Formats: sequence, structure tokens, C-alpha cells
Amino acid sequence: MTMLDAALTDWSRAQFALTAIYHWFFVPLTLGLSFIMAITETIYVKTGNEEWKKLTKFWMTLFGVNFAIGVATGIILEFEFGTNWSKYSWIVGDIFGAPLAVEGIFAFFLESTFIAVMFFGWDKLSKKFHLLSTWLVAFGSNLSAFWILVANAWMNYPTGTEFNPDTARSEMISFWDVALSPFAINKFLHTISSAYIVSALFVVGVSSWYMLKNRNVIFAKKSILVASVFGVLSSLFIIITGDGSAYQVAQKQPMKLAAMEGLYEGKEGTGLIAFGILNPSKKIADSEDPFLTKIEIPKLLSLLSYRDANAFVPGIKDLVYGNEKYGIEPAQKKIERGKISVQALNRYKEAKIAGDTLAMNLALAELKETFHDFGYAYFDHVEQIVPNITLVFYSFHIMVALGFLFLVIFILTFWFTYKEKIESKKWLLRVALWSIPLGYLASQLGWVVAEVGRQPWAIQNILPVFKATSHLSVGAVQTTFFLFLVLFTILLTAEIRILIKQIKNGPKE
Amino acid sequence: MYIDGFKHLSTLGKTLWIIIFIKLFIMFFILKLFFFPDVLKRDFKTNEERSDFIIEQLIKN
Repeated sequence: MTMLDAALTDWSRAQFALTAIYHWFFVPLTLGLSFIMAITETIYVKTGNEEWKKLTKFWMTLFGVNFAIGVATGIILEFEFGTNWSKYSWIVGDIFGAPLAVEGIFAFFLESTFIAVMFFGWDKLSKKFHLLSTWLVAFGSNLSAFWILVANAWMNYPTGTEFNPDTARSEMISFWDVALSPFAINKFLHTISSAYIVSALFVVGVSSWYMLKNRNVIFAKKSILVASVFGVLSSLFIIITGDGSAYQVAQKQPMKLAAMEGLYEGKEGTGLIAFGILNPSKKIADSEDPFLTKIEIPKLLSLLSYRDANAFVPGIKDLVYGNEKYGIEPAQKKIERGKISVQALNRYKEAKIAGDTLAMNLALAELKETFHDFGYAYFDHVEQIVPNITLVFYSFHIMVALGFLFLVIFILTFWFTYKEKIESKKWLLRVALWSIPLGYLASQLGWVVAEVGRQPWAIQNILPVFKATSHLSVGAVQTTFFLFLVLFTILLTAEIRILIKQIKNGPKE
Repeated sequence: MYIDGFKHLSTLGKTLWIIIFIKLFIMFFILKLFFFPDVLKRDFKTNEERSDFIIEQLIKN
């Protein structure tokens, strides 16, 4: 790979990361606030208490601001697929096409149709039909997320497809294997539960601000009660889905797991790092201690990864250089197999031109046999298969620590509100308020773990990112990077300003 | 209900619709048209040509 190719790949990745991160600032509230609104409206319909209607309408206004400013920001990612990632886009076109088409036809139309009904139908529809619209907005937006996450999960665990050497496309052979792969299900559940937590923190935090200002106190208490219960349940659920996700990663992406834990040398009965500071001078092959300091929970990583406290968890060194005792192949073998696979594709192409059916069939059989390591062909040295360990490790551990902090905040805010003591707990109200940005941070870090952790792959084991880019000038990608930076910063600033104004105005009497 | 809803938009509602239209205009009529062509559609006429190009790229190490 030349310096120019490396710069193009880096800028293309930076641009994709920038747009995905900004897009994800808007998505969590759409996914989670919609359910909180649906719950508060259900209480209104059940009790007939107008206070709950006022409360629902207020959160619905903030939902509307977020939705309006965030809507279609994800389409920019699709623009980038066609321009910056054209090779990747061609290869995965059939896989992405189906889930995204389902998303467009069902989920998006369901969501967008009922959003209008939800906003305009308050005094024109029956209470129950309006409530149904609100629930359908919640389910529709989450259903949209499902299909997009199915596509993302496939890149991490390509299943239900077969590579066609005539078209150079991965073609779907089982829609359900793609849609219901354990990777997709865990990713979806883990991602939406993180969005629910962000939304619950948002509602608890904004309500805490009212409490601190001694404004709209009854409204704020009701909101805290609903959001903190929603937050506790989401936090407990995210522990389960996080465990499911980590289990899948251990089976299918052991390098990502090793990076998440800073595990260089695998062993039986591996502990989980509860806290650690990485040794910055550590190299993959040396024998230096990977940590300057650490607190480890014995055997927990083995238990969580393989449901066996004494199981062997491979480290980075094992995955790069191999470990004969535990049957782990060195990456060099995979590189060799990848090269055989690429040669088979070449032979298939030449045999097709020559009209030699027998040679085509032989080449095709070899391609199919070795295709699972196809992407390794493009690496010059084995260390290239290691992601950025520092970034993945700290992102993972900060995310987990924040997740547990949020659970404690939700329990405390619920308890003190329930006991009518929340007004006197100014410190807790301040912590809850300042947890709003922390919620976004934790959620973004989750994506950093998922996406940086799977580097260098665009499609796991099949296509490295540097083979997925288009032939563009670095300057062109830099230009659009800064255009997006300006556009999204304006949108985000507009959202924050409008939200703050609406929050300061408070719920309408 | 839809027509009535749009007729009686609040100031906030109008502001949000203005933001949505400006954003969509920038995205589809400036960014997409001038900065984000579909490279393979632009450079090749048929799907066969596109496939051949990708295979060439995959074979090239």
C-alpha cells in the first residue's frame, strides 16, 4: 500500500467516522424518547390526568426537534458508500439492498406516517387512536434501526451469502440467515438499549434542571419517575445484551475481544480487566507487561467469552503468530490461503475468457474452499491484522464504567423521587444533569469499540478497508470532510439551541 | 388533518420545516450532485463492466 493509498483510506475512514458519529447524536433520542412518550401517554389515557398529557406533549416537542434536525443525516453515509467506498459498495450491494429496502418500505413509512398523526392529531383523533400512533412511531423508528444494524452486523459476521465471481458481488442465499444472525440480534438489542439509556438520562437530566430551578416540580418528578424506571430496566437489559454481544465477538472476532481487554498472551481461566492503564511501550511480540497497573476479576473473561471459567481465551500474540497447543493458526497461514483464494479468482476469470469450463469449475471449487480468508491476501505482514488497541481498550472500559454509573444514577433518582426526597438531593440532581453528555459519550464509545475493534476489516476476513476505497484524490475527500464538519456542526448547534430554548420555555400550561 | 396541521404550524414547527428543507436542499442538490457521484455508475456504462473492474481490483495485489 502506497503512502497516497494510506492517506486516502485514512481520510475516507475519518469522513465516515465523522458523519456516523454526528448521525448518532440524533438517533438515540428518536429511539428512546419515543418509548418514554408512549409510556407517559399510556398513563394519560389510563388515568385521564391532564398533567400526563402536558408532560407527553412537552417531551414530544423535544422529540420533534431532534427528529426534524436529525432526519436524513444517515443518507450522507449512503452517499459516501457510492463515492468513497465504491468497491465495497459494489461487493455488498445485494446484502445492503435487501435490509435497507425493507427498512424503506415498512419501517420508515410507518414511522413517518404516524409522526404526522402523532403531532397533528391530538384534538382530532380519539385518545386511543392517538396513543396507537405514538406507539407505532416508537416501534417504527426501532424497526428502522433493526434493518440498518442487520447490514452493519453482516460486515462483522458475513453469513447467509455467497460470493459470485462473475459479478464480484456477495449474493444473498438466505435472507433469514442475514436478518436473524445472532450477531445482528445482539447488535440490535445492545444498540437500542444504549439509545434508551441516553434518552432516559436526557429526561432525568432535563427534569433535574427544573428541580434545581424549582420550576415545574410536579412535572419534573413524574418525568423522573418514568424515565428512571425506564433507565433501570434498560441498564439491566444492556448488561444482558452486552454479555450476548461480547460472547458473539469472542466466537467470531477474537482479535476485537483481545483488543477490548488488552490481552496480548492468551491463557486458560483469563480474568476480566475491571480497571487498567496500558503500557504505552508494549509491542505485540515483546515480553513486556501490557499494563502499568490493573485490577482484574479472576476467570471472568473466560466465563463470559466461552461460558467456562477455565476456557482458553486467545490473546493478540496468539492470533497473530499462532498457538499450536490450542490449535490457533498463525495469521501467516491465512495470508497464504488468502493469496491462493485470489489466485483462484484470477484463474476463474482467465478460464472464463478462454471458455475452459473444467478449469473454471476447478478454480471455483478452490475459491469457495478458501474464500473465508480471501481478504488476508492483501496484507504485507501479519501485524496488520491488529486494530488500535489503546483506542479500543479505553473506549470499552470507559463505556462499561459509565454504564454502571448510569444504573446507580437511575436507581438513586427513582428511589429519592419515590420517597419524596429528591428536592433535597441537589448533588444528585446536578450529577443527573451532567450525565446527559456522558450518556452520549458512552453510546459513541460503544460504536468506537464496534468499528475500530473490527479493523482492518470492512467485511470481516473478506475485504480490508484499504481495498474497499475508490480511486479518488485525497484532496476531494478532505474537502467533503470539512464540508460535513461545517454542515453537521451547524445542525447540531441548531438542535442544541432550539432544545435549550424549548426547555427554558418549559411545558405549556 | 394533515392539511390543517400544516396550516396551523407553530413558530417552532415552521422553523423546523425551514431547517429540514435547507438541509435536504444542501444534501441532495449540492452535496450529492457536485461532490458525491456514484463513482462506478459514472465511470462505467454496464454492470458487466463494473463487475470486471472490481474483479480486476480484487486480483491486483
